[in-house]
Amino acid sequence: MSFDQFTGTASYIASEDLKHAVNVAVALARPLLVRGEPGTGKTLLAENVARALGLPLLRWHVKSTTKAKEGLYVYDTVARLHDSRFGDGDVKDISKYIKLGPLGEALDADHRVVLLIDEIDKADLEFPNDLLLEIDAMRFRIDETGREVVAKERPIVIITSNNEKELPDAFLRRCVFHYIEFPGRELMQRIVRVHHPDLEDKVLDQALEVFYGLRATPKLRKRPTTSELIDWICALRKAGVDLARVGGGIPFLGTLLKTEQDVELVGRRAKA
Amino acid sequence: MLVDFLFELRRHKLKVSTHEWQALMEALALGLHDSSLDGFYKLARAVCVKDISEYDAFDQAFLSYFKDVKADALELTREMQQWLMDPKLMKLLTDEQRAALQAMDLDKLRELFEQRLKEQKGRHDGGNRWIGTGGTSPFGNSGVNPSGVRVGGSGGGRSAMQVAEERRWKEYRKDVILDVRQIDVALRGLRQLGREGAEEELDLDETVDETCRNAGDLELVYRPPRRNRVKVILLMDVGGSMDPHAELASRLFTAASRAGRFAKFRSFYFHNCVYEHVYEDAAFRNRVPVSELISHSDRDERLVVLGDALMHPAELLDPGGAIYYYQNNRTSGLEWLRRLAGHFRRSVWLNPEPDRYWSGTTVEVIASVFPMWQLTLEGLAAAVRFLVRGGERPAVQNPTNWMKMGIG
Repeated sequence: MSFDQFTGTASYIASEDLKHAVNVAVALARPLLVRGEPGTGKTLLAENVARALGLPLLRWHVKSTTKAKEGLYVYDTVARLHDSRFGDGDVKDISKYIKLGPLGEALDADHRVVLLIDEIDKADLEFPNDLLLEIDAMRFRIDETGREVVAKERPIVIITSNNEKELPDAFLRRCVFHYIEFPGRELMQRIVRVHHPDLEDKVLDQALEVFYGLRATPKLRKRPTTSELIDWICALRKAGVDLARVGGGIPFLGTLLKTEQDVELVGRRAKA
Repeated sequence: MLVDFLFELRRHKLKVSTHEWQALMEALALGLHDSSLDGFYKLARAVCVKDISEYDAFDQAFLSYFKDVKADALELTREMQQWLMDPKLMKLLTDEQRAALQAMDLDKLRELFEQRLKEQKGRHDGGNRWIGTGGTSPFGNSGVNPSGVRVGGSGGGRSAMQVAEERRWKEYRKDVILDVRQIDVALRGLRQLGREGAEEELDLDETVDETCRNAGDLELVYRPPRRNRVKVILLMDVGGSMDPHAELASRLFTAASRAGRFAKFRSFYFHNCVYEHVYEDAAFRNRVPVSELISHSDRDERLVVLGDALMHPAELLDPGGAIYYYQNNRTSGLEWLRRLAGHFRRSVWLNPEPDRYWSGTTVEVIASVFPMWQLTLEGLAAAVRFLVRGGERPAVQNPTNWMKMGIG
């Protein structure tokens, strides 16, 4: 198998460094931990790695209440209790009440899959530590039935994090890490082109000018990101607004800035 | 030989273990570094570094291991640097030329660089020998040379290994000042979960047990949800020498006072040093005697003091030393601080003043009473750890040395 397996897709433009990190993770069969500002396409990366390599994608969206074990399997005791009481089906067969979670499915799959563990930092502090063994050995045991699930082919694991919590060292040690930098102008042009292929060069230039100017505003609470830029350009085009002819304020500012303090701040600076 | 690089990384406080090292060796054996220093830089960073705040330290380690251009302090005149900042058009090389250039190793390159620098007299653009811009010589800027040494300026083709030199990740380092969100994240560590209050969550395990005991008839069991039990008192120094840190103090307050964070949160203010009273508001209107604060607080509450701990020694050590004349305190400020620190089982002092300025001032005296950390992401995290789990206090120098010499 060659090293340069992932080269981006038609709808996802990845920087050289990112491609390299993905390929290193694939070659070493270690999870890839991706961090970066919100809106830099961390989650989309997994989808596009799956598409580029032609593998199915399993998603595990982590929430603040998610437990590590749920990713492997859930034993639905309440359903079994219910069945035992009201007598539908065979309650002796425990495996009927075992539901594999996304990680469990990825390990149980017959062929290689891509597994996305999205926003791992949302869960409890100990969450990543509880996954260490499964991610290392790529196997787990269903205690209730005694069944041993062993991955036939190690899945490609992509983990995203927003830096809300520090991840434990023991967990980090097992990962390949990449920080998605905010794209520079040139890369951004290519990214916007993917979403708006028929946009005129001049319009794009103007939009980027305004966008990067806005991002450079000091003391912004939340700086606008790629996804917001794309939405904004979409709004501009739908409404048929010509940026060159709009004097003063920025139209549809609400698609770019998301807090009133920021809107006010930019408004004040525009007047000054 | 490469093992030295591991130790270089560890010297720069990167937590690289044998685990990562083996992965890196495995990757090198697979040829993932493309047999180039560039590839090695990317590969080693992806495998060994796990946080953007460590990118900068990695860059420095990489620089110090793979080249000493910085350390050698090449004497570039201002004129030369300006000329290098203004690169000429880039030139593309043929593959043969590139291959020939790639053959040079770094030590040889550096040697040559220094030698040429000595020989060279003036500005130079293009060409393939002198240090200049736009050429194919291994030295200079905006040239195309896969193993070249870039001198300042921007990396045109980015083929040179000196990406590290830019140290673009500097601002992500952990020892710089923080924003509300970062403080928020750090404070999240400050919690001890316990079940208290109304029973409103379904306890599945108990329900199953009880149902079985009940011969299969559903028996639902509820329990109270988990809540943070930590109680916090925040004591803040305001005004005077704290004015430059007001913004930072308010960020800490914003993050700490967020509703639902702690079981109980109270904040008080003082000016300069704590004496008989602290105040409920920053305008010093409603005063609360410290003795009352102590008697009304549980020993298990956590006390966090925020202040620069900088004052005239007499204000801290002498009775009657209070900064306001009318306060005329009978007990010294230090004694009041000792009483506070003695009452609470765990307390910390956060100091916005960089720790390199602490020595030989009242900061050291106070740091011998309260475990003190600088208010940075790292310091705050250490303080939170101390509040939750205890452990070692940061070491302080013995302040008695300079105290004896100066004021009694």
